[in-house]
Amino acid sequence: MKYAFYPGCVSRGACPELFESTKAICTMLGIDLEFEPMQGASCTGSGILQEKNLKLGDTLNARTFAMAERTGLPLLTICSTCQGVMSQANNRLKKDSAYLAEINEDLAEEGLEYKGTADPRHLLWVIVEDVGLEKLKSLVVTPLTEFQLAPFYGCYLVRPTDALEFEDKPERQDSLEKVIEAVGAKVVDFPGKTLCCGFPILTINEKNSVKMVANHTLDAKEMGADAMVTPCPLCHLNLDGYQPQASTQSRKSIDLPILHLPQLLGLALGLEPKALRLNQHIISTKRLLSKVALAP
Amino acid sequence: MNVTLNIKRFNPDTDRPESYYESYHLEMDDSATILDGLIKIREEVDGSLALRCSCRSSICGSCAMRINGQAKLACNTKIIDSVTEQDDPIVIEPAGNMQVVKDLVVDFKPFWDKIREIEPWLQHLGSKPQDEYIASNTSMLHLASVMDCIMCGACVSDCTVLQVDSSFLGPAALAKAYRFVADPRDTEQGSRLGALTEKGGVWDCTRCMQCVEVCPKDVDPMGRIMNIRDKAMEAGYTHSYGARHAAIVAEDIENIGRVDELKLPIKTKGFFNIFEHIKLIPLGIKTQLKGKRPALFPKKNPGQENVRRLFTKGDKN
Repeated sequence: MKYAFYPGCVSRGACPELFESTKAICTMLGIDLEFEPMQGASCTGSGILQEKNLKLGDTLNARTFAMAERTGLPLLTICSTCQGVMSQANNRLKKDSAYLAEINEDLAEEGLEYKGTADPRHLLWVIVEDVGLEKLKSLVVTPLTEFQLAPFYGCYLVRPTDALEFEDKPERQDSLEKVIEAVGAKVVDFPGKTLCCGFPILTINEKNSVKMVANHTLDAKEMGADAMVTPCPLCHLNLDGYQPQASTQSRKSIDLPILHLPQLLGLALGLEPKALRLNQHIISTKRLLSKVALAP
Repeated sequence: MNVTLNIKRFNPDTDRPESYYESYHLEMDDSATILDGLIKIREEVDGSLALRCSCRSSICGSCAMRINGQAKLACNTKIIDSVTEQDDPIVIEPAGNMQVVKDLVVDFKPFWDKIREIEPWLQHLGSKPQDEYIASNTSMLHLASVMDCIMCGACVSDCTVLQVDSSFLGPAALAKAYRFVADPRDTEQGSRLGALTEKGGVWDCTRCMQCVEVCPKDVDPMGRIMNIRDKAMEAGYTHSYGARHAAIVAEDIENIGRVDELKLPIKTKGFFNIFEHIKLIPLGIKTQLKGKRPALFPKKNPGQENVRRLFTKGDKN
């Protein structure tokens, strides 16, 4: 299974552990990532650029789609925000041929044309839809039966449901829970799993942002979670990086490790915590890993 | 069909008022709505159940409540569509982010206070027209969907910001504000935009899309909030953290093709905002020690000149 790989900004910046763990597990799952053709792809605009200039945001994403189309491969993302912004852009481009033609005029100078066939998919969906849960289960060498894990999707992987094709692909709605169960862990179903982590307003209203971190992590912990798992590096930045502030602000001890999705998979597939960069988190994963007799 | 409604009850007129869930087993037609079920309970099973409803046609906006965890109008939600594959009971709770008065009735006073706060009436200073204020059809068309708002409060119920900060104006009031900000007959756009970009206004929205998802009338409150942000930046309200953040993200993508994560918070807060920068130091040290500090000078993406060209074209458009 070959994919044109779109790593996004954060996995190449503040969350290098996501990039490394993705590479490690994809090899084991038979997912072949093509880096080179997508090297020049820009940021999706993360919904922020779109506030000011929706067409420019759609043009940048059409450019990325055209690059992927040229490879003839499906496009793989590892960030809920990248995925959501791309899905929304693709939705607008595919349903309005005049709009797409207008955007293609701007892309023509670079020799690119988006034909409307790209299918950007998050690694989480690829695991459920392409690899398959049965195959994943068959590859598990360390069943994580001692782990109780709270899923945390990231807004853009659950809304808006039409752009994410939930009606045609209902299995996407609880894909994270299914993956957690497939690696042997217990799902801690908590109400915050589809809510906002607070990251988009971190630099704008830090108090509210950190309160969201406190609410989600404390809720998950009170319901018995040992850790949280997220397919979104932006959620990870806030839930992991700002958890100490959340603890101070709420005057409660939290100490809940936040795992990237590939790190969870890697542990179950028998990879060493170091190879998954589980030592790079702000909230230590030491106690969690001791449950499976590993050290970060 | 046989169905169980698990309703969250609360009665303040007891010695120790506490909420609890009560199950009701009903036999309903396949065409029945949740509201039909609730009315049946109130009229035939338990007359003490409190709820608001009126038109039964998604027009009055009275019966917004949480159905299986999501805000919906009870009158346009069918029971058959709310039953899960496992045949679990349908969970009915009062709308969120508002004080419960009794059972499914919540206090809308803060909701209406915020609507009043955005001054939801046409303001036209200067010369008065002889007859009426005229606006062309085309100049009003883009407001049609926002005028469809029935003030049901579904968006407010599920707003993730209101869960942590009750001072946020919220999606309903901000969508209503856009209706006047973008009305060609209103002359007070400038002062409206100034007020709407203050703390508790448009920049506090997280863009989580909960309001978009639950709105029964496709008002797209978050889209309206984004429209106000855009208009505010156009009008020169560019000094808030929110406006600066948006401008810097765009600049970064134009210059290097991605976000410069290290400098983004520093530039957003302002280079000389020392107090805010000091607050970033502990996390900065931790990320350095963990070997995950973003690059000081991130490299440009290959072919970045093409992205810059698209920005130049986009600005002209």
